[in-house]
Amino acid sequence: MAFRRRSIIPGFGLTFGFTVLYLCLIVLIPLSATVFETSKLGWHQFWHIVTAPRAVASYELSFGASLAGALINFIFGILVAWVLVRYAFPARRILDSLVDLPFALPTAVAGIALTTIYAQNGWLGRPLASLGVHVAFTRLGIVVALTFIGLPFVVRTVQPILQDLDRELEEAAASLGAGRWQTFARVLFPAILPAALTGVALAFARGVGEYGSVIFIAGNMPMRTEITPLLIVTKLEQFDYAGATAIAVVMLVVSFVLLLGINLLQKWSSAPSG
Amino acid sequence: MVSALPGVSAPAVGEPALMRRALIAVTVIFLGVFLFAPLAVIFATAFGQGVAAYFRSFQDPDTIASIRLTLLAAAIAVPANVVFGIAAAWTIGKFEFVGKNVLIALIDLPFSVSPVVAGLIYVLLFGAQGVLGPWLTAHDIHIIFAVPGIVLATIFVTFPFVARELLPTMVAQGSDEEEAALTLGAGGWQTFMRVTLPNVRWALFYGVILCNARAMGEFGAVSVVSGHIRGLTNTMPLQIEVLYNDYQFVPAFAVASLLALLALATLVIKSLVEWRAGTVKEVRL
Amino acid sequence: MRRAWFFKAAVGSAAVLVVAGGGSYAQAAVPPAVTILNVSYDPTRELYDDYNAVFAKYWKAKTGQSVTVQESNGGSGKQARAVIDGLAADVVTLALAYDIDAIAQKAKLLPANWQSRLPDNSTPYTSTIVFLVHKGNPKHIRDWNDLVRPGISVITPNPKTSGGARWNFLAAWAYALTQPGGNADTAKAFVTKLYKNVPVLDSGARGSTTTFVERGIGDVLIAWESDALLAVNELGRDKFQIVLPSQSILAEPPVALVDGVVDKKGTRRVAQAYLDYLYSPQGQEIIARHYYRPRNAAVAKRYAAQFPKIKLVTVERVFGGWTKAQQTYFADGGVFDQIYQPNQ
Repeated sequence: MAFRRRSIIPGFGLTFGFTVLYLCLIVLIPLSATVFETSKLGWHQFWHIVTAPRAVASYELSFGASLAGALINFIFGILVAWVLVRYAFPARRILDSLVDLPFALPTAVAGIALTTIYAQNGWLGRPLASLGVHVAFTRLGIVVALTFIGLPFVVRTVQPILQDLDRELEEAAASLGAGRWQTFARVLFPAILPAALTGVALAFARGVGEYGSVIFIAGNMPMRTEITPLLIVTKLEQFDYAGATAIAVVMLVVSFVLLLGINLLQKWSSAPSG
Repeated sequence: MVSALPGVSAPAVGEPALMRRALIAVTVIFLGVFLFAPLAVIFATAFGQGVAAYFRSFQDPDTIASIRLTLLAAAIAVPANVVFGIAAAWTIGKFEFVGKNVLIALIDLPFSVSPVVAGLIYVLLFGAQGVLGPWLTAHDIHIIFAVPGIVLATIFVTFPFVARELLPTMVAQGSDEEEAALTLGAGGWQTFMRVTLPNVRWALFYGVILCNARAMGEFGAVSVVSGHIRGLTNTMPLQIEVLYNDYQFVPAFAVASLLALLALATLVIKSLVEWRAGTVKEVRL
Repeated sequence: MRRAWFFKAAVGSAAVLVVAGGGSYAQAAVPPAVTILNVSYDPTRELYDDYNAVFAKYWKAKTGQSVTVQESNGGSGKQARAVIDGLAADVVTLALAYDIDAIAQKAKLLPANWQSRLPDNSTPYTSTIVFLVHKGNPKHIRDWNDLVRPGISVITPNPKTSGGARWNFLAAWAYALTQPGGNADTAKAFVTKLYKNVPVLDSGARGSTTTFVERGIGDVLIAWESDALLAVNELGRDKFQIVLPSQSILAEPPVALVDGVVDKKGTRRVAQAYLDYLYSPQGQEIIARHYYRPRNAAVAKRYAAQFPKIKLVTVERVFGGWTKAQQTYFADGGVFDQIYQPNQ
């Protein structure tokens, strides 16, 4: 089998060459520096660093809070997508545009704004504090930040599916005597599930590595509110390059795996349902 | 479809009005708390001491320098990634070759790499104690803690945006039109400019504004490689942090409000592009 | 329009780069303008803002040369790391000697005996660690042992990255050690209890002050005296007050010339003068005005009311110097890490 199928379209050599070169220069060679740096550590030492209690606690927090944020977005994302697609109400278009805000708003700005709102003297922090709920500088604050960051993903993956959904299916279900809830659970939900899960996976992947919006609102306490990216920065700032890189390698591996999973999910959600 | 968000057709089956209102209310409250409140607090704090104080914030030379640096970084990173995005989309969209899926996955990689790791790899590579450090020091070349490092980190984090927006459109369009043009005797470059580019222009435009928004707003990766020299290597997000830690809350939020305005402009342009292109863009990392 | 903007931005940045890079010293009548970089720790922002302008005026009058001093602030350990990684600092003004030692050891940018090159162990001013509490002191915090009471929320930064936080830690440790029956074990128990009361660990002293002052978190902030005075005088005399503990630590933030950088850039003379001028009466005056304790006796006398007498211990006396203290308490697996181990 030839490397590439013959085509009359020109420019393969140029564009392929440039793509690969640029990819190597900007991404692959710099990323390989992590491997180079970790190779200075023995396997035993590497394992010791990445399984230290403080590192493990940070993984639990980063993955746990990302998962919590992604699940909140799973529920509310489907709801938001549903309301935006199905119901007419004032400000619908404005809200629809606003959904992409977490994408476009710089993460540090988001972090400072969320901290200002949820600190115990903030707009929402004060009433919540009087109820005994503390958001800023707790794990809950991290979940709030990651919910914000991941919000567009589920909405935007579910929205097109809902728009293209054949209304006749629902009508058929109704005419067969299914209640509205039954129709949702049996007909609509299975149809949007693959897309919604893709959105959850994207939000999760984004949340695990998120730094800017979280560090302002997290308490940054070792073992309690220290996310993995912050642990990397802390190690870096103590001249501990090998330690920082070892943890970074763990995150890179996780990124690869998540990316793989997302690709599989996307294949599943774009496959014709049968 | 003429609009990104088509009108709502009268449903043959639907929820009771009360249920509908409740769902709308929950959605509005949820989006209000999570999206509108952060925006509102930025502008409320920025204008908290009046309009004069707000505009005075932009007279600080360090702030002006940070705005310049941010524009410069974006002015290099965005075109670089546009050229790359077009090349990658052309190669992947128009040709069949071995390892295509691997290439696509690698292009996606910077999406899911933590920005902190993105900064770290450039420190490992170009830092004085890094792989290339001694050579760079000997030749007096500054990358980390200087503008090149900031530009590199920005390029890394915005790497896939243009390519990722162009790819689906190029793939969907296939190569029939290009083949027709070529058969009729058009040159390769001519075909690209006259046939391909007009077909993908909205996707390209959308990729550019997204790439630009991320380039100007990147914090984590740039923070690691910046050195935080006032007036020299602080980008706008870093300057916000500096001002915030200087107890200068009005200026901090004033600069933040500029970036928030940029975000809002991005959203408006995006809505317009979708309206013109007639599709809802799928979001990605 | 847009393109013109970018072009200007590009040209502007290029010009800055040329100025930053080209500091070679010509023996002309009017030496060319020069730029030096001061990499400093977190709370010195206002001090050096002021001092840089005064020094530039002094240097211009003395030599005719224009000097621009650039400034970078952050947690002391983090700043040292940046210099080791190649941040081209002409001078470093950090929170504690160990961080400059680290630059000397790991990057060999200055000699190991750097601390003996300037008067007073290269520390042109001293400071100490005090408590900042809410006005009226509602939680009745008087001394270190009040910080370990259950229910008291204490704000202090992360000693791993912040220099001020390391002074805080050692001051608390020294207090416990000097109590009747005090020893290393009781000190460790005391400090562990104290950090159990800490809800937020910011990476630098400024982050902690912001958390306490602006976010309203915590009952007490363990702070640099300079930052506490600044917070009280400039952010809210009616909101906060300072509490002096029965004993604290003598903090000696050092300054140093980075030989490896100044010799390459040809900025040794101006950078040296920049540090020397800190010791001059004018420099000492600015230092005192920004709430740091001056070395100069005459200036100290003028500002005596601002700096009450307090019993101070030194790192040398109690901990045997910074190198040892760093190894024992703040290195990986050291005492501070043990506090956060589970089952403690």
